[in-house]
Amino acid sequence: MSQSPELLRRLLRSKDRMDGAPHEDWTVERLAQVSAVSVAHFSREFKKAFGLPPHRYLLTRRIERATALLRDTDLPITEIAFRTGWNSVGTFGRIFNDITCESPGEFRARTSSISDARQDMPECVMRAVDRPNLNIAVLEKRRLKSAGKL
Amino acid sequence: MTRGAMTRGVNTAGLYVRDQDEALAFYVGKLGFILHTDVRNGDYRWLTVQHPEQPAFQLGLFKPGPPVHDAATAQTLNEMVAKGAMPPLVLAVDDCRAAYARMSECGVEFTQEPVERYGRVDAGFRDPSGNGWKMIETAAKPQSRSSK
Repeated sequence: MSQSPELLRRLLRSKDRMDGAPHEDWTVERLAQVSAVSVAHFSREFKKAFGLPPHRYLLTRRIERATALLRDTDLPITEIAFRTGWNSVGTFGRIFNDITCESPGEFRARTSSISDARQDMPECVMRAVDRPNLNIAVLEKRRLKSAGKL
Repeated sequence: MTRGAMTRGVNTAGLYVRDQDEALAFYVGKLGFILHTDVRNGDYRWLTVQHPEQPAFQLGLFKPGPPVHDAATAQTLNEMVAKGAMPPLVLAVDDCRAAYARMSECGVEFTQEPVERYGRVDAGFRDPSGNGWKMIETAAKPQSRSSK
C-alpha cells in the first residue's frame, strides 16, 4: 500500500524536527505525536517513507553535527559529544567510530586542515550532504567489521 | 559570442503543490507574493505568482494531475513533494530575523530558526505541500558570478 501524501507530509514534520534539534531526545512517542500517527505505526511508516528507521536517521544527523563541530570548531570532544545528544563520551566515540571508521580525534586531525569553500551552498543542503549513509544498522556494521567482511 | 546574447534569463519556474488554492493563500497571503496569472482550461489551471520586487520572474504553482500526468505519476509527484524530496529553494531577504518574526506570526511552518553563519543569517521553512525554502539574508545588490 502506498502512503498518502497527507501522511507523508506529517512524517516529514518529524524528520524536520529531528533535523532542527538532533541533540534532543527523540522518543518514538514524541515523534509519533509530532506526526499525528499512532506509536504502534510510526517507526514502520517513517522507514517506509524515508528508507531508514527514525532512530537511525537521528543518528545520521547527530554524526553529521558532530563532524561539523569537529571540523569547524575547537570545542573539546567531550563538549561536542554532549552538544550532539550523547550522555557519554565513550558511547559517542564508539558509535562515531562504527559509522565513520575513524575516531573523532582522527577525523578532526584529518579535516581541520582542509580549507572551507562551502559558504555558497545553503546550510541545510550542506547538512544533508554531510550525513553518513547509514544503510545498515550500526550494530550490524560493527558485526561485519569484526568478521572482516567490511 | 557575447555572454547572454542567446537567452534572456529564467522567466518562469514552477513548484508542485497539493492544492492550488492553499498554495496561493500561502504564497500571496503569508509570503507577500502577488498573483500573476490564473488561467483555467477544463481541469487544468495555470497559476503563477510573482515577487513584487522581481517582475521578470514568475513562480508557478502547479498541481500534478491530468491531463499532464496520469494518476500514478501524479500520485508519485505528490508523494515526493510531501516527503520534502523536491529541490531546495532560496528566498533572499534583507533582514532574516524580522522576516522570521513576521512569517511565524502568520503561521508559516519553520524548520530552522534564524542562525548566523559566515556573517549571514539564514532560516528555513516549508510551504503547506512540503516544498522546502531557505531564507538567506543577502546584500541589497546581488553580485553576479561573472563580475567576480
